[in-house]
Amino acid sequence: MCGVVAVTDVVEVKDLCKRYRIGSRTRQFQLREQLAQLIKRPFTSMNEEKTELIWAIRDVSFNVREGEVVGIIGQNGAGKSTLLKMLSRITYPSSGSVKVKGRVAALLEVGVGFHNELTGRENVYLNGSILGLRKREIDDRFDAIVDFAGVEQFIDTQIKHYSSGMRLRLGFAVAAHLDPDVLIVDEVLAVGDAGFQKKCFTAMENLRCGGRTVLFVSHNMSAVENLCSRGIWIDGGRVRMDGAAKDVINSYMTTFAVSTGAGTDFSKSMARLGTGEIRYTRVEYLEPDGSPCTLVRCGSNLVIRFHYSVKKVIHNPSFGFRIYTSMGTLVTEAGNLLHGVQVPKVEPGEGFIEVEIASLNLLPSRYSLSLWITGPLGGQPIYDGDVRTVLEVEPANIFSSGWEANSRMGITYFSQRWRFADTKYTILDASETAAADATAFDKPSPAEQRWKNTNKFSTCSTGGCGFTSLERLGCKNQ
Amino acid sequence: MRYLVSSSHLYVGVREYGLPERVRELWRYRELFYYFAWRDIKVRYKQTTLGLLWAVIQPLVTMVVFTILFGKLANIPTDGAPYPIFYLSALVPWVYVSSTIATASMSLISNADLMTKIYFPRTILPASVALSGLVDFAVASVFVFFFVLYYGLPISVNMLLWPALVIPLALLSLGVGMMLAALNVRYRDVKYVVPFGIQICLFVTPIIYPVSMVPQQYQFLVALNPLSSIINGFRHSLAPSMPMNWIQLGISLVTIVTIFVLAVAFFNRNEKAFADFV
Repeated sequence: MCGVVAVTDVVEVKDLCKRYRIGSRTRQFQLREQLAQLIKRPFTSMNEEKTELIWAIRDVSFNVREGEVVGIIGQNGAGKSTLLKMLSRITYPSSGSVKVKGRVAALLEVGVGFHNELTGRENVYLNGSILGLRKREIDDRFDAIVDFAGVEQFIDTQIKHYSSGMRLRLGFAVAAHLDPDVLIVDEVLAVGDAGFQKKCFTAMENLRCGGRTVLFVSHNMSAVENLCSRGIWIDGGRVRMDGAAKDVINSYMTTFAVSTGAGTDFSKSMARLGTGEIRYTRVEYLEPDGSPCTLVRCGSNLVIRFHYSVKKVIHNPSFGFRIYTSMGTLVTEAGNLLHGVQVPKVEPGEGFIEVEIASLNLLPSRYSLSLWITGPLGGQPIYDGDVRTVLEVEPANIFSSGWEANSRMGITYFSQRWRFADTKYTILDASETAAADATAFDKPSPAEQRWKNTNKFSTCSTGGCGFTSLERLGCKNQ
Repeated sequence: MRYLVSSSHLYVGVREYGLPERVRELWRYRELFYYFAWRDIKVRYKQTTLGLLWAVIQPLVTMVVFTILFGKLANIPTDGAPYPIFYLSALVPWVYVSSTIATASMSLISNADLMTKIYFPRTILPASVALSGLVDFAVASVFVFFFVLYYGLPISVNMLLWPALVIPLALLSLGVGMMLAALNVRYRDVKYVVPFGIQICLFVTPIIYPVSMVPQQYQFLVALNPLSSIINGFRHSLAPSMPMNWIQLGISLVTIVTIFVLAVAFFNRNEKAFADFV
């Protein structure tokens, strides 16, 4: 995002290490324990306790250029917060160094130093000065801060009477008016209601557009993907990956997708319905290019390949599956015959049939797939049925807004484009969201692009079939 | 735009910050220092009906009790000063010292959430306690002045000693408070030692009795306790009839500066680890 302009490193982290002694950090230090130690072993130094050392951060080095927005991701306890605390000088490294050029503001929590007994106004001044603003600067920004927080009415009320949401808004309002060179943010977007999160997000966007350097820790992958140009994945106190945000997030999330894997094997599967002349053997989730898809994200272009094994020649089989939610609600049913795609016959041996889904518009959750193969007439006879496999759909930046789609939003979403028209029917705001939509679905021009067929079938089976596969979908005899 | 929180070139590493850098940094953070002191005062008297009057009530009530118990019943000599003046002039500085030490020693752990969330020179926490205590001290001093007028004591240059002695008084309280605060982060025993120590100190220091009551061969003990001659100085500033040992005061001043310098050095050495232990 820095273009051709020569930029300098504003943050230099070199061989950073932080060691904690297990026990000494959690146990309250009692003089008595040390005295007892002294009596037991009078000749050993008090500091030479035989305690286990853990490395919260080990040999971390990276540089951040001016204007870069870096997302730091990793599991809980990976050392992200320790890293941020060292960057913001709260805790000190055991070895190594951090150099930061410019004014730093660290936002590890919203509303740090708020005092319940003081009024909103007093707390704005207190919090502002804790965060590094001068009184004069707070005077200048006071109205904007109160306006941003939306607490005009209560500004002279003690904040112990505030709702937690109001406190949060006031805290973030002060933080949003800091305007530093380097901003360090720890998971503040995770709190608050939808409206508040939107405000936070816009404030962060503004910082980015203003060419500020931002280091941002979050578990909200959509936010990281949308805001950050670069991602650093911290794992076990070390940098596991450092690169383009999208790539880092993908690798990071792939590690969680083990449960789904790239598919399910039914070869040694349990008892199931059907006569068994033809059985599913395996399901694979693939990228459109045919490579295994280890992580199924919502909105993705997905190919599901169903492998089967045939015992005797079958004419006109009907392949299909149903998707259920974890609660057992039927989401949808799909099958080749429904799409008018015929499979004239399959001969003994192995083969596969696949379906491409242009955009998997399921919201993140764990879904259950129930597969079946039947004859063409009224679903009879049933050759194979009730074959269960799992489809884990992971969050993605589907709206291109940084909003994390989640299972609380329901089961599915639609490709959508929002427009706003005022009373004179002028379209005010269409271009922006339309553009966002376009990136979400990889379409050059949303206005001209129509939904393609959602499901395309192609099939192949041993002995050659009389049916031509569609477009780029491959066909393979095994 | 200028900032308090951050230097234009921040360096975090194992390297030590030098004294000039620390002083410069404290200067940059002066506004936060005032804000903390202001917060302490605001919060202390919020939702109280009497407000700042509490700064007066504490030494006043103690004075009345002491006057009855030690003055009227035990007949402790006062070297010619009226009992109320004798006790008030010692109790006002004593209340400052004891409350500053008690609050400052807790200042780091009671602001633990702040220390683990944001950087600022930690010295500000105990220092702002010492500063906010001075407001109470000033209010009580005005009140003492009315007593001086009431008892018809002479208004003299001697009285300038009262504000002048505030400096060593504050340095001593801050020094001891900082040292205890730094220890308190690691050893919570300090929490129990402090109230107890303050109680002992009330009797060891000539507050109930005059310095002149201490036998000649034990006068060196008075010189060892820097608070003794400071308190005696406060008394002397209002009641010139009370004897003043200037050499002892000189020794005390040197002791106080030494304590303060050691305390600052000790505090700074441990400052880096505060956030890890608090």
